[in-house]
Amino acid sequence: MELAAVGLGHYLTVAAILFTLGIFGIFLNRKNVIIMLMSIELMLLSVNINLVAFSHFLSDLVGQVFTLFVLTVAAAEAAIGLAIVVVFFRNRGSIAVDDVNMMKG
Amino acid sequence: MGVSAFFFYVFAIMSVFAGAMVIIAKNPVHAVLFLILVFFNAAGLFILLGAEFLAMVLVIVYVGAVAVLFLFVVMMLDVDFAALRAGFIRNAPLAALVGGIVLVELVMVVGFAYIQPEVAGVAAAPFPSLGSGITNTEALGRLIYTRYVFFFQGAGLILLLAMIGAIVLTLRHKPGVKRQSIAAQNARTVQTAIEIVKVEPGQAIVPSGETRG
Repeated sequence: MELAAVGLGHYLTVAAILFTLGIFGIFLNRKNVIIMLMSIELMLLSVNINLVAFSHFLSDLVGQVFTLFVLTVAAAEAAIGLAIVVVFFRNRGSIAVDDVNMMKG
Repeated sequence: MGVSAFFFYVFAIMSVFAGAMVIIAKNPVHAVLFLILVFFNAAGLFILLGAEFLAMVLVIVYVGAVAVLFLFVVMMLDVDFAALRAGFIRNAPLAALVGGIVLVELVMVVGFAYIQPEVAGVAAAPFPSLGSGITNTEALGRLIYTRYVFFFQGAGLILLLAMIGAIVLTLRHKPGVKRQSIAAQNARTVQTAIEIVKVEPGQAIVPSGETRG
């Protein structure tokens, strides 16, 4: 099987599939906050792959700098999100999204 | 098919497979482990793209910190994860619809996009030339410590904020726990510590501060 040379489109396709999997996971696991957080991590990772791929194929380092910042924000988001999950579990004894109805929004 | 193309397909297929397993795994611990596999394969893709520093940061930060944090939380919470999976099948059509629409949109963007040749020439921060001997890490460092230093500091502030926020959220003082108060201990004098009482024969003494029960 002769495969085409790996170009920008290949990386963008992988990132697109990973991003779609992230969205898919959020809708599929609508009760489990932890899996939803993991899906968000997956989406942020796919964005990072996009940025690095463009950085490589445009020979521009700024994409990698931006990836570093996205990574930072993703790590901070995961830490805060998991802290909220822990506090919520402590108060309600459950992490089901359906139980998050105290504020009746 | 060159070696790099072979490795690209290995990393790409593995990351997509592991990403799919993250969202459909029955056991959340397995989901976290598959997430780690996704990160490793993404790091491989980064290395193929020449971003070694980001690949190592991905492994260290994501696998070493974030994924382990997930693992801790999953194992710490005593949750019936099987009950949380109820509605998995019911949600599938909606998920397939939304995911399919997004995938079609993204494929259309990827399939019909092209980079204009003149755009490729105007890099804001071009790669160091191959002969210069500057590594990816060094080039990135030269950039973030000069032109993007304020953004770099801002990223540090975000991490500090996240750290303090997570501590404030999860810190709790149990009411019944006795703690050592060094100030109170040092403030004690002989007068407050010792009480000399004359006990008459045949009588009981109730210490001050207590009541006879």
